[in-house]
Amino acid sequence: MAWRDRLSDGLARTRQRLGEQLNLLLERGPDVSEAFWEQLEEGLIAADFGAQAATLVVERLRDQATRQALPDAAAVRALLAQTIADMFASGNLDPLVQNPSCALFVGINGSGKTTTVGKIAKAGVDVGRRVLLGGADTYRAAANQQLDIWAQRADVPIIQRERGTDPASVAYETLQAAERSGADLVLIDTAGRLHTSDELMRELTKVVGVTRKRAAAMGLPVFTLLVIDANTGQNGLAQAREFNERLDVDGVIITKLDGTAKGGIAVALSHQLNLPVIRVGIGEQIDDLQPFVALDFARALLSAPATAKASVPRLNNQEMPGDLHV
Amino acid sequence: MTSMFDSLSARLQSVFGGLRSKGRLSEDDITLALREIRMALLEADVNYRVVKDFVAATKTKALSAEILQSLTPAQNVVAIVAQELTELLGSQPVLMQFSQRIPNVIMLVGLQGSGKTTAAAKLAYRLQKQKHRPLLVAADVWRPAAADQLETLGKEIGVPVFRGQGDDPALIARQSVQAAIDDLRDVVIIDTAGRLHIDEEMMAEARAIRAAVAPENILMVVDSMTGQDVVTVVEAFGNELDFNGVIISKLDGDARGGGALSVRAVTGKPILFVSEGEKPSSLQEFYPERMAKRILGMGDMLSLIEKAQLEAEEDLAAGEAERLARAELNFDDFITINRQVRKLGGIGTLLKALPGGESALRGAQVDEGALDRMEAIINSMTQAERLKPALLNGSRRARIAAGAGVPTQAVNQLVKQYEQTKKMLKHLGIEAEQTRSRKNRRGKKARRRTSRHPTLPGLGSLGRGDMKKLEDMLANQ
Ligand SMILES: Nc1nc2c(ncn2[C@@H]2O[C@H](COP(=O)(O)OP(=O)(O)OP(=O)(O)O)[C@@H](O)[C@H]2O)c(=O)[nH]1
Ligand SMILES: Nc1nc2c(ncn2[C@@H]2O[C@H](COP(=O)(O)OP(=O)(O)OP(=O)(O)O)[C@@H](O)[C@H]2O)c(=O)[nH]1
Ligand SMILES: [Mg+2]
Ligand SMILES: [Mg+2]
Repeated sequence: MAWRDRLSDGLARTRQRLGEQLNLLLERGPDVSEAFWEQLEEGLIAADFGAQAATLVVERLRDQATRQALPDAAAVRALLAQTIADMFASGNLDPLVQNPSCALFVGINGSGKTTTVGKIAKAGVDVGRRVLLGGADTYRAAANQQLDIWAQRADVPIIQRERGTDPASVAYETLQAAERSGADLVLIDTAGRLHTSDELMRELTKVVGVTRKRAAAMGLPVFTLLVIDANTGQNGLAQAREFNERLDVDGVIITKLDGTAKGGIAVALSHQLNLPVIRVGIGEQIDDLQPFVALDFARALLSAPATAKASVPRLNNQEMPGDLHV
Repeated sequence: MTSMFDSLSARLQSVFGGLRSKGRLSEDDITLALREIRMALLEADVNYRVVKDFVAATKTKALSAEILQSLTPAQNVVAIVAQELTELLGSQPVLMQFSQRIPNVIMLVGLQGSGKTTAAAKLAYRLQKQKHRPLLVAADVWRPAAADQLETLGKEIGVPVFRGQGDDPALIARQSVQAAIDDLRDVVIIDTAGRLHIDEEMMAEARAIRAAVAPENILMVVDSMTGQDVVTVVEAFGNELDFNGVIISKLDGDARGGGALSVRAVTGKPILFVSEGEKPSSLQEFYPERMAKRILGMGDMLSLIEKAQLEAEEDLAAGEAERLARAELNFDDFITINRQVRKLGGIGTLLKALPGGESALRGAQVDEGALDRMEAIINSMTQAERLKPALLNGSRRARIAAGAGVPTQAVNQLVKQYEQTKKMLKHLGIEAEQTRSRKNRRGKKARRRTSRHPTLPGLGSLGRGDMKKLEDMLANQ
């Protein structure tokens, strides 16, 4: 078919248009036509909202536009970010605020769990918490070494066992050590796993169960946090649903928002599963972690795409933790 | 939200279902059907513009007289769509090309966490099986413990890892080529750091590595779960690094992987491999037709079977396998099979992989706990009873039921299941035997394939061709 030849051209145009499209659309004019709403929905889909969440946002916005008798597209625009922000489940739980507390990091492979543990450890130290890390990823090659480097960078102690050890027992021993040493922020890293692997999900259920039980014995609330890559498409919903069903997740962390992906899946899953987003990751360095503010997230999502990333000095793994830029 | 069990065919079935009495479909009916196709493609993360063009193009085709008057319009529309998608994905599998140079150099690139390091080890494993002598190179100087990770993986598969000195990846890469020459290695596989396509310094670093070693193959690793932004990412990597092939990773999950279409459409580069697990053996060739069906939610029986076979090769002792093939099933085999099923993602996953399985499952809840109960019952049997189920008389059954904390009926049920499976195995075993002797005439290669261990109850030692037949058979029911 001839359309296929045109496809790559079309997609190249898409690339320029995706991010700017919404802005252009919203700046265009006073006319709020049917085409306007359709294009708005498309723009949201292009940002990974998924058809359902995109439709819902458009419906809510339309509804408000009618009720408030908004005069033009500019007026609608002003409401759009707020409408998106309102999609997020709210929640005020936060392991960094709650003291003492324990957080367990779960999610699919490569989503950014270990890096996030490192960042939160540092954030904890910065607010004066006594942090202890637990390496319950006993599966991935060099998972221990990686977490250990983060422990050094954040300058916090860590409990680790040999590769292949039962991860639940590492979690248990971490809490035991926390009790002994008086740590008040316990962060436990787990191995990445696909939500479709029944065997690995069972293993994780056990880790969470053991952690909750042991932590309860010392009066420590446990936050089970799902780490999701902002690049994730519609599969993110299936992931979140399954992790949540099995583990009763408390909150979500969205990573890699420093790329060009908009992270619209966060809107969909937070809304559908009533899971609050508690932090966002915006880089590979230890300070690249930000609190989640729904309206800021929505605004960033609607902004034009970044073109070139301002060069942030990166810490390479030959440098000593002491060289860390701040 | 339509549930993930709502396959496209099932949805189209319902669109067209009530219309058959009318004798022919109208343009409106087709429009309605195309809306369902649009939803299915968007759920699969196919780029929304591709979806738009695609739906328009399909409409023209679907409005042809044959479809409108066909008795099975849903199937025909799906067939058209699947065909179009397959062509978009490249129709024929493409193999990685090597040059005459020794060593050949393969460089892996991609976003953070996409699966490069794992893929490097998998490629090494694969090439080593094909009698190459690969050298893995740790040229990621950024991620904490990146080199340790590669070294651990290398050790597991018995492939040396070159770590080099200092923190200049281009220099490490150059030195690794010399090291390969000194050690008579014929392929160098360079693992690089994850990088964002908009990070100019990091993209320059990748170009420097490329300039230092002029790789025959630069492969981009793309996570199958990536959403709409994959277009931006692959285009930038394509422009900056001119990679020549793609590996789609993490396809062992349930992501439909519609991004694969965008990759192909935007860059024109072929997808060479798919990665389906964390183990070194889980790198497969890419088959466009399977991918097309997966994107449409039509199930991927073939891939699952292949995966089952690979896992079985790792897990099943040869003796057990032979016994199974001869239909001498016992309850220990049930446990083994249970574990296999679990590894493959549970009963639900398996059912969904069957054509029509998704729609069969519509709304129904799969009782995954059944496997647990079955194991509990078997665990209450003595070793003798497990190996010789014929021993299970009434009093033994009552004892087992009490031990497992289930009613005696549950034990009876299990014994019945056992008998049925055995019967099925026997039946298929005969067919497999026939296929085997047919194949053997074709020589050595066929023999190797048929010697693969059986995996799932009833699947015997069927080869891929047999599975294809089985799949077709089921599809045409
Ligand atoms: N650009 C960017 N990269 C990130 C971010 N968070 C993590 N990464 C990178 O993503 C990659 C994977 O991160 P990890 O922390 O190892 O991910 P993980 O979930 O622990 O991975 P597994 O344990 O293998 O499942 C690494 O290269 C990280 O540096 C982020 O916010 N931005
Ligand atoms: N289930 C599954 N996991 C995979 C697959 N490929 C890689 N992984 C896992 O995904 C995570 C990230 O893989 P890596 O190979 O470290 O990814 P990478 O691209 O090298 O990551 P960076 O170097 O941090 O950019 C690890 O936990 C791997 O075990 C796959 O095909 N299936
Ligand atoms: Mg990790
Ligand atoms: Mg890597």
